Amino acid sequence: MSTQVPEQPEESTESAAETETQIPSKGDARREEKRRRAAERRAQKQAEEAERAAADEDTIELKVFRYDPEVEGKQEPRFDTFHVPFTKGMTVLDALMYARDTYDSSLTFRHSCRQAICGSDAMFVNGSQKLACKTQISELQEPIRVEPLPHAEVTKDLVIEMEHFYEQMHAVEPYFQTNELPDGELEEQRQSRENREKIKMSTRCIWCSACMSSCNIAAGDNEYLGPAAINKAYRFAMDEREGEDIKQKRLEIIEQEHGVWRCQTQFSCTEVCPKDIPLTEHIQELKREAVKNNLKFW
Amino acid sequence: MHEHDVIVVGAGGAGLRAAIAAQEAGADAAIVSKLHPVRSHTGAAEGGINAALREADSWEDHAYDTMKGSDYLGDAPAVEALCKGSPEEVITLEHWGMPFSREEDGRVSQRPFGGLSFPRTTYAGAETGHQMLHAMYEQVVKRGITVYDEWHVMDLAVTDEEDPEDRTCYGVVAYDIASGEISGFRANDGVILATGGMGQVYDHTTNAVANTGDGVAMAYRAGVPMEDMEFIQFHPTTLPSTGVLISEGVRGEGGILYNAEGERFMFEHGYANNAGELASRDVVSRAELTEVNEGRGIEDEYVHLDMRHLGEERIIDRLENILHLAEDFEGADGLTEPMPVKPGQHYGMGGVETNEHGETCISGLYAVGECACASVHGANRLGGNALPELIVFGKRAGRHAAGDDLGEAEIPTGKTGEYEMADYEFETELGELGGTSPAAADGGAVVTDPETVLSAAVQRAEAYVEELMDRRGRNHAEIRSAVQKTMTQHVNVFREEPGLKQALEDIQEAREAYKDVAVSDPSRTYNTDLIHTMETRNLLDIAEALTMGALARKEFRGAHWRKENQIRDDEEWLKHTMVSWNDGEPELWYKPVILEGENKTYEPKVRSY
Ligand SMILES: Cc1cc2nc3c(=O)[nH]c(=O)nc-3n(C[C@H](O)[C@H](O)[C@H](O)COP(=O)(O)OP(=O)(O)OC[C@H]3O[C@@H](n4cnc5c(N)ncnc54)[C@H](O)[C@@H]3O)c2cc1C
Ligand code: SF4
Ligand code: FES
Repeated sequence: MSTQVPEQPEESTESAAETETQIPSKGDARREEKRRRAAERRAQKQAEEAERAAADEDTIELKVFRYDPEVEGKQEPRFDTFHVPFTKGMTVLDALMYARDTYDSSLTFRHSCRQAICGSDAMFVNGSQKLACKTQISELQEPIRVEPLPHAEVTKDLVIEMEHFYEQMHAVEPYFQTNELPDGELEEQRQSRENREKIKMSTRCIWCSACMSSCNIAAGDNEYLGPAAINKAYRFAMDEREGEDIKQKRLEIIEQEHGVWRCQTQFSCTEVCPKDIPLTEHIQELKREAVKNNLKFW
Repeated sequence: MHEHDVIVVGAGGAGLRAAIAAQEAGADAAIVSKLHPVRSHTGAAEGGINAALREADSWEDHAYDTMKGSDYLGDAPAVEALCKGSPEEVITLEHWGMPFSREEDGRVSQRPFGGLSFPRTTYAGAETGHQMLHAMYEQVVKRGITVYDEWHVMDLAVTDEEDPEDRTCYGVVAYDIASGEISGFRANDGVILATGGMGQVYDHTTNAVANTGDGVAMAYRAGVPMEDMEFIQFHPTTLPSTGVLISEGVRGEGGILYNAEGERFMFEHGYANNAGELASRDVVSRAELTEVNEGRGIEDEYVHLDMRHLGEERIIDRLENILHLAEDFEGADGLTEPMPVKPGQHYGMGGVETNEHGETCISGLYAVGECACASVHGANRLGGNALPELIVFGKRAGRHAAGDDLGEAEIPTGKTGEYEMADYEFETELGELGGTSPAAADGGAVVTDPETVLSAAVQRAEAYVEELMDRRGRNHAEIRSAVQKTMTQHVNVFREEPGLKQALEDIQEAREAYKDVAVSDPSRTYNTDLIHTMETRNLLDIAEALTMGALARKEFRGAHWRKENQIRDDEEWLKHTMVSWNDGEPELWYKPVILEGENKTYEPKVRSY
């Protein structure tokens, strides 16, 4: 039996609208940047591995934030130290699971897929927002500090309250709307490859909330929609299948007082997004769209 | 207590589709899920959704391919429902905005997939499942369907008549993970289980940590048989440290498998002289394990998948996502080194026995998606056939529960049709060892009042949790890991009698250990120690039923291979394996396969490609 699954070639057509943003051949630049970063990381990794071997280190030290509102001794936040044997390919999530299953079964964190798709395990690792399952131990300085995402209420240990994030996501009418469905029952709406390519990155969001946690504006303004929700609005506003009237409505939503104009282009969200979504660019483009549509300023 | 017309347990593709359908049919539907919907493992699917969308294709061809792929263990009425329903469902997803990959003319793209006679696999880049899950969750938000997220369903509220076929399900009992509250959820019209896969029965799997087969185990203990559990699909190229799947695309593009001695073993050791690396999943998996078992594995564990010779340009162009996976999850750089791979559990073809409407033999109880067995996959699932199953059967069950008439079902459930008891003597004691059973029948008078049935189930659940929390004893992690280890060692792609017997003994030992399991985290707030402990019990029941089926079935069909008889034996084994809980004393029986379709009978042929 042939189980061959030919991979679809990378769809790299740049859309006209994207060129309008005056960042020429962004795809190439991004790939170039990726290659460069990969090379850098390789070099760094090799150096680190050599260092590690020299020091004959085979365990790693984790300092993990602990808190439980109910349990005596854990009501005051503290850090616990765990020593975990290092194995090649080990991620922060692997290390946490090892610590939990071996030393302390009350160590609590969300996780499920272990492959950066369920968005459960965004944490604050050595001072930046990371998906634990997608972060190689070998790339981190020791001791590794693992904390819950900042700017959110902590439920317990590394688990944060997600309700606020979900509310913001729901606030932008995060669902496809169109008045232009084809008549034939088995007929799809047409969408150009260019348009699909344009929204592609925006559809990759896994609702991990790392971006929201990294954003200074969101920290100061609890009602700010935040990068992920605005990106969700972008995903629909730019989808040509929705039609102009609905796009108008979408721009009104993101233009509200706590919408796009709050963003001060600090790029912190873009830097932490584990799905490489160009969040800041998307926000900027929506601002331009809003201006173009002559909607009122706040 | 909460009350709705239809309660859907699980919020992956199957659960979301079921809830939407029930609501569209006029019911008040609610979803109860231990994960927030977007965290469900449907999001991990990469490849695509099979649907006969185009003029040159037909549902009949799709059905033929599926029956053949199933090694004639699929039931034709279910297979035909899948193939007929899929095109409409895929177009519905498109109308809900799902960003499919597109052709030049703007229509959705389709690509070829293993075992298909037509390129009918619709996809969205390498992230089909993610896009499908999110498009459906968006519809749930739009419709305002109630979602109880991070509520772990512990048990079903089912009456306790002698015969499971006489029982009725009135709701579920769930545990609020954030607060520790236990609550009953009354379902006026039906409960739909959509709890996904059970990959955590194995220690190496492409499945998520949350895929512990809860729905299958709950239904089983309530009296619904598990069907065809021994049929487990293993994927030959998963990363050793996490089980993350490296798609067939790498081998499709020309990736080569090497052993520790640098031999291209698929050819050099004669496993597949024609197809080589492109042989079917089970052939490649067995070849890899043979290499390791015969001492030619790397670190006695895995083999190498090398794509360096394809060149940086081509790799980055076509397989960029693979580079990221290998780097992020294995710390391996596919451009400069070969990637370590080994076989991993991938998909369970079996599950909760249902008919083509998703109904089980217990009235008011349905199951859909990977946790169910209708059966569309039989002995082996074709790639791209699970996602359409979610939407086709999700919708059917949702509508049926809400009262829509889908006509008379052709597949009998429970012991209502033809069946035979197995004459296999198990040497090991099986089933309940007098431990705590949340669904233990108490033998008293039959209670049929819905409120009483539900509150009794809530009380049992409360007592169970209390006991687990109060007790001192062993941690679930060692028990879980013992089961996973024995399953991976003995009930994998190689299966032979002594190993399978050993596995049953080990599972029994784990059951013994589970009698002293205890939760050491005293907190009611987000107690994952408790959740994992409850899940582990489900894994025990599933591992046992699976191994019972594997031990009894002495033939090689689809994904199930037996050393003692390496051929498909239609004379003896053209039948479904059924395992019933039987109030704590598992029993094995068989029911016939239905090969008669709407217009034709699918005659078993040799499964060669
Ligand atoms: C890596 C990978 C790639 C795949 N690729 C493809 C592909 O390309 N094409 C294809 O057709 N198939 C593919 N499959 C198979 C397919 O993705 C799955 O079979 C399918 O997504 C399962 O969907 P589901 O809705 O049944 O379950 P899931 O999506 O797993 O959802 C289960 C739900 O049940 C809930 N749940 C579980 N237990 C409980 C409980 N006790 N209480 C409350 N809620 C509970 C969970 O919270 C979750 O919401 C792939 C599978 C994997 C692992
Ligand atoms: S935009 Fe990126 S960082 Fe923000 S929630 Fe989505 S995936 Fe996470
Ligand atoms: S565990 Fe799913 S994103 Fe990390």
